[in-house]
Amino acid sequence: MKPDTTLPVLIAGGGLVGLTLALDLARRGVRAVVLDQAASVAEGSRAICFAKRTLEIFARLGLGARMLEKGITWNQGRVFFQAREIYGFNLLAEDGHECPAFVNLQQYHVEAWLVDACLAAGVDIRRRYRVVGVENGADVRVSVAGPEGTYTLRAAWLIACDGARSFVRESLGLDFLGQVFRDRFLIADVKMQADFPTERWFWFDPPFHRHQSVLLHKQPDDVWRIDFQLGWEADPEVERAPERVCARIRAMLGEDVDFSLEWVSVYTFRCRRLHRFVHGRTIFAGDAAHQLSPFGARGGNSGVQDADNLGWKLAAVLAGAPVRLLDSYDAERVAAADENILHATRSTDFITPKSPAARAYRDAVLSLAERFPFARPLVNSGRLSRPAVLADSPLNDPEADDWPGAPPLGSVAIDAPVGEDDWLLRHLGDGFTLLVFGPPFPLDAPAVRCLFIAAEPVPGRADVLHDRTGLAARRYGAPIGGCVLLRPDQHVLSRFVRYDAARVASAMARVVASIGVMA
Amino acid sequence: MSLDLSPRLADPDALYAALIAAHQGLDEAASRRLDAQLVLLLANHIGAQDVVFQAIAIARDLAAAQEGATA
Ligand SMILES: Cc1cc2nc3c(=O)[nH]c(=O)nc-3n(C[C@H](O)[C@H](O)[C@H](O)COP(=O)(O)OP(=O)(O)OC[C@H]3O[C@@H](n4cnc5c(N)ncnc54)[C@H](O)[C@@H]3O)c2cc1C
Repeated sequence: MKPDTTLPVLIAGGGLVGLTLALDLARRGVRAVVLDQAASVAEGSRAICFAKRTLEIFARLGLGARMLEKGITWNQGRVFFQAREIYGFNLLAEDGHECPAFVNLQQYHVEAWLVDACLAAGVDIRRRYRVVGVENGADVRVSVAGPEGTYTLRAAWLIACDGARSFVRESLGLDFLGQVFRDRFLIADVKMQADFPTERWFWFDPPFHRHQSVLLHKQPDDVWRIDFQLGWEADPEVERAPERVCARIRAMLGEDVDFSLEWVSVYTFRCRRLHRFVHGRTIFAGDAAHQLSPFGARGGNSGVQDADNLGWKLAAVLAGAPVRLLDSYDAERVAAADENILHATRSTDFITPKSPAARAYRDAVLSLAERFPFARPLVNSGRLSRPAVLADSPLNDPEADDWPGAPPLGSVAIDAPVGEDDWLLRHLGDGFTLLVFGPPFPLDAPAVRCLFIAAEPVPGRADVLHDRTGLAARRYGAPIGGCVLLRPDQHVLSRFVRYDAARVASAMARVVASIGVMA
Repeated sequence: MSLDLSPRLADPDALYAALIAAHQGLDEAASRRLDAQLVLLLANHIGAQDVVFQAIAIARDLAAAQEGATA
């Protein structure tokens, strides 16, 4: 705590995103200090839908098994319009991936596991410490108010993960621009023993809640999430009252259902972002950088991808890579935020039509969808979060080879079963990886960890993955001997039709300047 | 593909009459829904979204240019 030492990384805010980043950095040997004003992890479930990509990131960080075990896997959804069910759908992604499309899980469980993992990895988490001042210069000076008074910390990098109301953002005077939706939603987490199936049910204009929408979702521990759209005129204070909430729930579930309220909240949604996420020595991630409407479960999921994107770059820069590597975080995650904002805005516009014409189109889509499958893809009750494809990333290798069915540059590595009860993504680790498709052969001067993906097993070789089903080769479309270079966050950096040590090295050097920094 | 703006209807009077007849007896909101359903059915039939976007642009320009068009 001595003010005359400079911390490598100070993370303001130990929520979902700050903790994910701290854990990632710790695995790379960077011990961050995390400050959080709250005494414990956030109460209330908040995020409940964790998407496949988030699960894969947490798997890399060592929390995958816990998430899959506790989380509720669902694939089936149903859409209702007025008194009728209009159709059901199955989200089941193709087989042969370790992680499902989604699990439902309370955010506080995830945060609690992150805290445990961070502490085990030596992260210094200081609770009840609030950031009260920021001076952003050649390094960052942060004033902190805590149980022992106020003091100043100096850090090479400040990462602002202090949520939607970010103090850091405000104290740097940065605009946070976008759209407020003139609507309110009541979120109730309800504990009950109910035998509804594990499905996502979405009602447009149901008889028990006329002219508004309702969403029902299951969480672990017999907790159900119910979202009631209330409209802009609703009074948040009145709507929060337990009697009123219970009456709404009884109207929906029937008079005789036994339940208790776990958590209730009334929300207004916004979609907005900072113009840039990197401001000198201060970098924004998660809700501090971008705020989304919850339709599509993009807030938490995109924040975790921010952390995944930033961790290795920050560690590389601290180890001597050029600071401009961090500009790619800005470029990649700003583009991803725009994609998320676009989807979240479109969903919100569908759920809350803004004009009589919009309402007519919305209802027209729903009526058609009941009878004609062609109209179902037009129904938008949230487009569930998918990993960003960093198509325009400045890091993508302009010299990359191409082949039919090749994974696009900037797309995320595709999982596939390998060996016995094992998965390709489990083998990628925290660094750069070169996937080499075909039987193993001696590689000259490998600058990076190489994994062979081979049709035949090679006992005793940990660097040869047995592509038992042929799915790996098919999903990467790779010719025999073809190579795919993955970044530490598992996005595709380059492709080579055959192994070439010099080309691999130069694709990596474009990113980290000297390969020694990260290999 | 570009939007075909040549006259293509075999019996334009019958088409026009059918559109008007379809709206008979409907209130404002139901009429609007009907039109929206028609647009969606036809757009899906056409399939080529760029063609539909051209049609939207023309219709929007015309509607916005008419007197008293903006709210
Ligand atoms: C009702 C609801 C449902 C949602 N559902 C989903 C979903 O299903 N899926 C999904 O992906 N996302 C969902 N989200 C969004 C998700 O919860 C957020 O995007 C996510 O919590 C963002 O994480 P964060 O770490 O950026 O911010 P937060 O989780 O808000 O963490 C910020 C942390 O910073 C701390 N802090 C704030 N100011 C200071 C300060 N000055 N000094 C020190 N510490 C400070 C706070 O105590 C807090 O711990 C939902 C959100 C809500 C509200």
